[in-house]
Amino acid sequence: MEWDWDFVWQILPTLLEGLKITLLATVLGAAVAAVVGLLFAILRMTAPKPIARTTGFIVEFIRGTPLLVQLYFIFYVLPDIGIRLPALLAGVIGLGVHYGTYAAEVYRAGIENVPRGQWEAAKATNLSGRQTWIHVILPQAIPPMIPALANYLIAMFKETPLLSAITVLELMNQAKSVANSSYRYIEPMTMVGVFFLIMSLISVVFLRWLEERYARVEER
Amino acid sequence: MTDWSGYIGLILQGALVTLELTVMGSVLAVIMAFLAGLGRVSRFMAVRALATTYIEFFRGTSIFVQLFWVYFVLPFAGVTLSPLQAGVLALGLNVGAYGAEVVRGAVKAIGREQREACIALNLTRGQAMRHVILPQALPLMLPTFGNNAIELLKGTAVVSLISLTDMTFQAQVVRSQTGSTLIPFTVILVLYFLMALAISTGMRWLERRVTRGLDGVRT
Repeated sequence: MEWDWDFVWQILPTLLEGLKITLLATVLGAAVAAVVGLLFAILRMTAPKPIARTTGFIVEFIRGTPLLVQLYFIFYVLPDIGIRLPALLAGVIGLGVHYGTYAAEVYRAGIENVPRGQWEAAKATNLSGRQTWIHVILPQAIPPMIPALANYLIAMFKETPLLSAITVLELMNQAKSVANSSYRYIEPMTMVGVFFLIMSLISVVFLRWLEERYARVEER
Repeated sequence: MTDWSGYIGLILQGALVTLELTVMGSVLAVIMAFLAGLGRVSRFMAVRALATTYIEFFRGTSIFVQLFWVYFVLPFAGVTLSPLQAGVLALGLNVGAYGAEVVRGAVKAIGREQREACIALNLTRGQAMRHVILPQALPLMLPTFGNNAIELLKGTAVVSLISLTDMTFQAQVVRSQTGSTLIPFTVILVLYFLMALAISTGMRWLERRVTRGLDGVRT
């Protein structure tokens, strides 16, 4: 079977339609992950011991099981107990919770990497708890987190094709339906690969820049 | 009342396929990781370029897309693979690319003085790599290799979408036959978690094993 450029141009609008959903799912998933991650990190660091340990176990469990099965769980099991979610929402929640557990580790490492002396200095200068967090801890903890978080954002973007398994019409699903109706697999599948490759090459450059900008704070 | 024993057997059969995929995929991944990782620190430009292309390509697209490409597009190029072969190939090549970066990082992390000592002792590059650099780099790689193996285990769920009868696929079969969703999916979630736990415990044991006798060697 030969590569056919006419067919590529013909299916391009459909694929771009799917790309929009892919990007939407990534952005929404990232927002959920950022919030869920913060919640997990706070619970693990400050909650009483039994709650902290339970949270730790939940985080380990989510990290040790496949995202695809978690998506099935959200999409097929929750309706049985009366929670019926649209496919995209279920996908966004799945992505968000899964990557939230990764983000939680990044938050925790970032905050724990702020030297003890900074906390003590804040106390010595009589700052309140709020002031300590806003003016001393977070400004030092957040910049080193940014490259690591961006890394997970890219990883999440690459996982979005899994949403096609729960009927979200994103890039991969559009390509599959085009392929199935025309019996041509080469062009749609390759185009999906090319789209992802281009996007992630761009984001690798962006990530390098972020690392240079933020990762080495202490050297400034 | 549904007869669950048959369905549990079905899921356990799937678990075997998942294990098989994980083991074979890991073997391929380790081979690719060392080939590409050492290729990236080669002194030949062409080898470095080839290794970099491989790594960037497989890290840049997702396992799902690669799997579909291998399974649906390669047949048109005359290469027809069974679902199991396609799954092992895609998983191994994908995780191998991540592993290659680990190998490269660990080899780079061995201090200059070790290389200089090798030159002073008149070891060839091959000898230096085999007897001096790799034995020290291996313990540095193991923890990340463990994480990669768990990523590979999680990746195997995707092969259910190319009709390979792994654990996730069997759970879907059970769901469509019994209409029950909670039990099959909970069972396979727990099984996946137990497998991941086994991998991380095994890797910790291996780590202790290879670092034995290295205490005090490195500062």
